[in-house]
Amino acid sequence: MHDLRFNIPGQDLNLEPFALRAPDFQKKCEVMITDRGYKCRITNIVPLSGQERLFLLRIVDPLERELFNFRPGQFLMLEVPGYGEAPISISSSTSNHEFIELCIRRAGHVTSALFEAKQGAIVSIRGPFGTAFPMEQMKGRNVLMVAGGLGIAPMRAPLFWIGNHRDWYRDVRLLYGAKEPSQLLFSYQFEEWQKVSNVKLHTIVENPDGSWRGRSGMITTLFDEFTFDPEETWAIVCGPPAMFKFVCNYLDLKGIPMNRMFVSLERRMHCGMGKCCRCMVGSTFTCLDGPVFDYWSVMNLKEAI
Amino acid sequence: MIYKVISKPEFISFIDAIVKANNAYGPRQVDTGRRGEPIYQFMPVTSAGEIAFDYTATHSSAKHLFLPFRDELSKFSFTDGNWEQEVRYDAPPIVLIGLRPCDINAVNILDDVMLRGPYPSPYYLARRRNTFIIGMDHLPLADCFCKSMNRHTVNHGFNLFCSDIGDRYYLSINSANAFGFLKEFRLEEPSYEDNCNLIERRKMIKHSFTTNIEVTGLPVFLDIEFDSPIWQKWGDKCLSCGSCAMVCPTCYCYSVEERFDIDLKGSTRQNHLYSCNLVDFAQVAGGHNFRPKNGDRLKYRYYHHYRGFAANDNQQICVGCNRCGRACLAGINPKDVINDLRLERESCMTCVSTSPDRT
Repeated sequence: MHDLRFNIPGQDLNLEPFALRAPDFQKKCEVMITDRGYKCRITNIVPLSGQERLFLLRIVDPLERELFNFRPGQFLMLEVPGYGEAPISISSSTSNHEFIELCIRRAGHVTSALFEAKQGAIVSIRGPFGTAFPMEQMKGRNVLMVAGGLGIAPMRAPLFWIGNHRDWYRDVRLLYGAKEPSQLLFSYQFEEWQKVSNVKLHTIVENPDGSWRGRSGMITTLFDEFTFDPEETWAIVCGPPAMFKFVCNYLDLKGIPMNRMFVSLERRMHCGMGKCCRCMVGSTFTCLDGPVFDYWSVMNLKEAI
Repeated sequence: MIYKVISKPEFISFIDAIVKANNAYGPRQVDTGRRGEPIYQFMPVTSAGEIAFDYTATHSSAKHLFLPFRDELSKFSFTDGNWEQEVRYDAPPIVLIGLRPCDINAVNILDDVMLRGPYPSPYYLARRRNTFIIGMDHLPLADCFCKSMNRHTVNHGFNLFCSDIGDRYYLSINSANAFGFLKEFRLEEPSYEDNCNLIERRKMIKHSFTTNIEVTGLPVFLDIEFDSPIWQKWGDKCLSCGSCAMVCPTCYCYSVEERFDIDLKGSTRQNHLYSCNLVDFAQVAGGHNFRPKNGDRLKYRYYHHYRGFAANDNQQICVGCNRCGRACLAGINPKDVINDLRLERESCMTCVSTSPDRT
């Protein structure tokens, strides 16, 4: 009988994962293993408020620790083995190779499992994925940062960056609003940001309690405390979707061009690689083309904000 | 590409040999429908006699051979306070017999989606590379509209393609593997008449489409119609069951889930093919749903298929096989939805041009 076994020589794909070639038909591609995570040990857990905690992770393998590089604004997929994966924005300094800091709110299935974890537990991360804030392009300009609630988490990476490269930027302002005074996260760092990084900080809460001495109201009311030159200012806005609209519209009225305002969107990514379509906004992947968008491309998207 | 002609009995013996030497999948009748029509599926076959060569179209597509409904991405094994992860991509070689041109086009579209961009999928690539595709052309069903989508012919993406020209098959051989297999069988060079017969066959297929959809400029139409009440109307009919995505040859959206083994000593991460019509498709942690209404989700599916997404070079990923229309429990099919969109628009325009204050 004829030998018609269909067999491609050297087809053991597990042996040569970096040099796979597409099927014969004219297309070539290189495949990286992105489904294998980095092993991370939870070295410290800092409670920030009732619902949020700061997790300090350290990649176990020293070589991988050195290789893990990210830019401010990117996210990673955090996996609790057995429970699942969740996209989390990185909120540590890009120059800190020793620890990865993640500010996490207890919201769903994976984060609830993570909140049960003790110090020393080992989790897995994949990434980093996504786009970043264009910190190099902002060189020589004023930076206006507006954060609402948990929006301070992705804002910390650019804040650390500005602290490291303070002479690149002129005037740096951070407006930070929350629902209640106890939900102002990272209040232990306010002084460091103001004195060491020379960031002008304005805080506001919506529902003040007896001990609160600062201002109360919506975050947009903070804009009357200072003036800025719209020609020379770049803006970064992170927060709940309702906040984007008000803040970005205000900044637009003041004259900041829409392509100099950056927002960070959030969706529930399942793969992080632009395949599963779960994070699709209009025709854009939040995981590949985002999570950092300029306001111009977001306001054209339907269903985005 | 090399063109040859093979007689039908010789072709059957070739198929028989290749089926017996490999894991092969081919169209087989699995059931009979409500109106007595046969229902075909791609199933494992062991001899050429089991394959229904004259089948019309399978109920669900051959997508599950490239993107299984449940696919294991990685495995964790737990030890005391630690774990190990294992990732495997290897796929056994299979032979896939009798794919229709629209199905092969669908696989080509999946190639674009899964293998382009910064993160090509190794799982898909392993399966795609180890699949030997034998395509066959067919006369369209009454509700096929692949000609409207320009997917009724196929030029690449297969190893061997057979066109029925009377008592013989006209073969397009597109890979060294296929040519090597066919060396053992009696092939002839196509004569002038064979070429004429092929052209006639192509013409005949082209002219036997009865369903046509006008898709020129549809992306712009869809953008204009984003807030149209049409979506509400069809969304009210939609049951959000996800049948359309299960049978569609190009629906590839998935969800990633992780589950413990029953002995709690390990876990697996799986991806499940999902449907954008299911209610929690765009739900985020904390319970907020970005597309809570049926109409929104139905609209999203039509946008994905007919407007095209940036990742797919903005091509329309629908191939016009109308499997979703046949599988839909509520009787929604793309032809009606798209015609509805256009009709509403056109009646709108006519009402402007014939309004009393203009005449």
